[in-house]
Amino acid sequence: MSAGGGWVGAPVPRKEDEALLTGHARFIDDMEPVPGIRHAALLRSPHAHAEIRSVDVARAAAHSGVHGVLTGAHIAAAIGPIPSAVRVPIDYYPIALEKVRYAGEPVALVAADDRYVAEDALELIEVDYRPLPPVIDLKAAMAGDAALLHEAVGSNVVHRREFRYGDPETAFAEADRIVRLDWTFPRYSSTPMETYGAVAQFEPAPDRYTIWSNFQGPFILHALMSGALGVPGNRLRLITAPQSGGSFGIKQGMYPYLVLLAAASRLLGAPLKWIEDRLEHLVGSSSASNREDAVEAAFLSDGTLTGLSFRNVVDVGAYIRAPEPASVYRMHSASNGAYRVRNIAVDNRLVTTNRLPIGLNRGYGGPQFFFALERAMDAGARALGIDIAEIRRRNFVPRDAFPYCAPAGAIYDAGDYEAALDRTLELAGYDALRAERDRAKAEGRLFGIGLATAVEPSGSNMAYVTLAQTPEERARAGGRSGGLGTCTISIDPSGSVTVKTVSTPAGQGHATVAAQVAADALGLAPDDIDVVTEIDTLTGAWSLASGNYANRFSSVVVDAIGEAARSVAEKIRKVAAEDLEVAAEDVELADGAARVVGVPEKSLPFRRVAAKTHWHPAGLPDGMAPGVFETAILSPPGLGPPDEQDRVASAVTFGFICDLAAVEIDPGTGRIEVRKYVSVHDVGAQLNPLIVEGQIVGGFAHGIAGALMEEMVYDKDGNPLSGSFADYLCITAPEMPKLTIGHVDTPSPHTALGAKGMGDGCSMLAPTAIANAVADALGREDVEPPFTLNRLWSLAAEAGGDG
Amino acid sequence: MKPAPFEYCRADTLDEALELMAEFGAEASVLAGGMSLGPMLNMRLARPVAVVDINPVAALAGIREADGGVETGALCRQVDALGCGLLRDAVPLLAEALPFVGHFQTRNRGTLGGSVCHADPSAEIPLALLTLGGEIALRRKDRARTVPAEDFFEGIFVTAREPEEIVTALRWPRCGKGAGHAFAEIAQRHGDFAIAAVAASASVSARGAVTALSLGLGGVEDRPRLADLADFAGAPATPATAAEAAALAADRVDPIEDPKASAAYRRQLVRVLGARALERALERAAAPPC
Repeated sequence: MSAGGGWVGAPVPRKEDEALLTGHARFIDDMEPVPGIRHAALLRSPHAHAEIRSVDVARAAAHSGVHGVLTGAHIAAAIGPIPSAVRVPIDYYPIALEKVRYAGEPVALVAADDRYVAEDALELIEVDYRPLPPVIDLKAAMAGDAALLHEAVGSNVVHRREFRYGDPETAFAEADRIVRLDWTFPRYSSTPMETYGAVAQFEPAPDRYTIWSNFQGPFILHALMSGALGVPGNRLRLITAPQSGGSFGIKQGMYPYLVLLAAASRLLGAPLKWIEDRLEHLVGSSSASNREDAVEAAFLSDGTLTGLSFRNVVDVGAYIRAPEPASVYRMHSASNGAYRVRNIAVDNRLVTTNRLPIGLNRGYGGPQFFFALERAMDAGARALGIDIAEIRRRNFVPRDAFPYCAPAGAIYDAGDYEAALDRTLELAGYDALRAERDRAKAEGRLFGIGLATAVEPSGSNMAYVTLAQTPEERARAGGRSGGLGTCTISIDPSGSVTVKTVSTPAGQGHATVAAQVAADALGLAPDDIDVVTEIDTLTGAWSLASGNYANRFSSVVVDAIGEAARSVAEKIRKVAAEDLEVAAEDVELADGAARVVGVPEKSLPFRRVAAKTHWHPAGLPDGMAPGVFETAILSPPGLGPPDEQDRVASAVTFGFICDLAAVEIDPGTGRIEVRKYVSVHDVGAQLNPLIVEGQIVGGFAHGIAGALMEEMVYDKDGNPLSGSFADYLCITAPEMPKLTIGHVDTPSPHTALGAKGMGDGCSMLAPTAIANAVADALGREDVEPPFTLNRLWSLAAEAGGDG
Repeated sequence: MKPAPFEYCRADTLDEALELMAEFGAEASVLAGGMSLGPMLNMRLARPVAVVDINPVAALAGIREADGGVETGALCRQVDALGCGLLRDAVPLLAEALPFVGHFQTRNRGTLGGSVCHADPSAEIPLALLTLGGEIALRRKDRARTVPAEDFFEGIFVTAREPEEIVTALRWPRCGKGAGHAFAEIAQRHGDFAIAAVAASASVSARGAVTALSLGLGGVEDRPRLADLADFAGAPATPATAAEAAALAADRVDPIEDPKASAAYRRQLVRVLGARALERALERAAAPPC
């Protein structure tokens, strides 16, 4: 238990691990929920951009063991397009129709007795392609003479909105120093051990679809899926597998495949199973966006940041696929980062290219946003001759200003950014480190220090996505707001407790924390409580925001668990009070019993009291409903719609992260050594310190991978060059630098337990902290991750190193 | 990612294996550790009619002394070679290179012979064999022959092995007195195929003069290459000689270019890694550890 005597806050070992470590956990590929399943394989486009003149499936359909072959024409006759928040004439289908728009786009589906036969049959499909000019380079894509992905749009720029907060023009006009950085942020992804997987079944009379999968939500996409399939929501039943082998956001991107499989199941009259393989995953799942353009920061000579201007050109890939363009707007209302600056201009352009469509990926928009902002802070410090820590200290939102209303509408709930910075510098031994850096530089070595800070939004307001629409468009579309969290707690007739979170975790340990929270409310131990985390949209309590993304478990779902648990506790206390002949207020739940406060020998076993609600309804207090089945549905406070000035409270809590990196580069080989990496977090109240630490290390791994080696590379013709794990270089344990973690946790007033969300963590900052350190080491600002051997050697050679 | 249909043929003896090779010839793929063949089958990059599994053939396993050197059976697992005292003493270059081969898990299964037959240009085992002047023993139904490593590697995944042949053993010359070796490589991640790998071999006279010097290069051209450093015979065994020799080797290579590395970067690695490895080899030759 924790120091306070409760389970919450204690380093409770994870409930999930025994099954995972002994091989008993069940994943989507273990599931055969219905008989007669056929196995699907997809023919994917080898071209980035081509017209499909014809598809001949006759030989494939005749192949022994093949149940059926479908093309885009078949699918399009059975479903409608899947819409997004950007109102442009793009009919997005989960399979190519008249054109292919990225290498890897599905062109045909084979259903067969097994996956081997299905893949044999793929080779027998003949597609006549007429290659079209590939659109890969972002600047070229925006040019007037560019080939168009979507002719009906008339441009590859499918969305543009400009925003203005405060008075940026005056700030820039009156600045002592303006720092401008032209930047490019690469495209990389999440590569969970388990890829996408699904079983889809269509049943007639009446028409309905059931899909078992490892989809992670957000379940706002359920509405888009049922819409595309042409059935009301209650005829599309989504069920997730008991365990998901990692996601980091990427398993949002599978929903078009679920629509495709559902439609194919209907057309072929059989349930279909599809397990995405790694080659498919790397060319056909989703990824974060690559972005480029410029950031400008206006400073006074004392380092005060008075204005920011962001110009973002975002590569959305071949289609704008919901919930995009959310990745561009997730950080928008916190465009000031951790700083007091009030004058901000933002210009967002979304561009379609012949790359894989983007989607959720850990940090969701954060890595790109903070790359622009925090690179500008280090560059500004160097330009002004101010220390990189000091310039941040002078600009932080001060500790007495919380809750702080950011210029674009975010409400920063709690924080002490200065204390976190101090802790970072202390853990890094900053003064000694700077002396070491200065000595190394004097010896001609390439040694640098970089800082980066982030505010970490958690528990999204679903309405922030509508910033993609003008205030007028939003008014026409009707109100949107909130981000509901749900939880159901039931007690069966034996008196045992089950918590249902519908939070679809992918390894985060939701079951453990849910049990801790419920255990505290019910006076039980976490081991007494069973937790069901998967979703079943037909039988569970869920809503649009349900799912596993945007750090929403600890910032939203945990409060729903607590609320449901308190309702259950209240009922148990009332039942026990009658039997104990005291008032309900005098009954406490502790140590597995309901007992009279101050008279612990007057007690009843929890299970017996709970069971009574089923076994003896007539013995319950007057007017009490029998049984225990409590559902909490809560809307976190303050999440209203965007206002007419495009301000929106985009998230429930805002954590804080301060990262410091020190690197040395070997000019002979380009090898970078991360000499020190310190990360200090404000996660609010820690619900389980073991899980907090695991999440921070995991986020760091993801971020450092993007900083050093992971990149989805396309050649100028749009061919994916990172289509296998031989070429897409996931970071592995030997490449992980040592991470020093610290905490300055300020409890959130927006959540019942004071917790903030914290899963993105260093994934948002590591590329920037490393880039800042590299810039310092090389004495140049035009540095872009990933800092691979060859790239760093070239930069170092240009910087005058050996070679 | 499922293989196209193939016939699985298990050979329990060498004769059975040779029979199967005679039957299927170029249509056969030999399965040893399967660390490269497995993924290539799954990605349908390899499409043999038959997969001839030689794993049960006991005669192809083992490590033994032979003709003053060491002979490793084609099926000798990398992990067994790493743990073998005889190999470590007699062929220290191989012992130094093996930890760079894949990962702990793949070395449990991967074989020395399989790596040589696969002939990835950046693979460590072919590079070590070439640098040491080793040989490859081959058998087919009606013939046995031995091919020097320098004649065996012909290009990316291309060797002198004929379709009906099986590699039966590798022959490693023993590291003599006054000789020293060193291995170095650079990869983006531990266990990846090297962007460039170098294997240095040096002999030094009692008076401290170079008597033989060579530098094997992996991952730089389409096959492992030996840089010609004969000019350095008689030079002093010093770091300056090492640097000069590596610079010469770097000037003479014709590096490949791929998304991971430019030709200029590979040339640079030959210069830097080559100098480091040659310097260590010269030190070891002057003061052999054994």
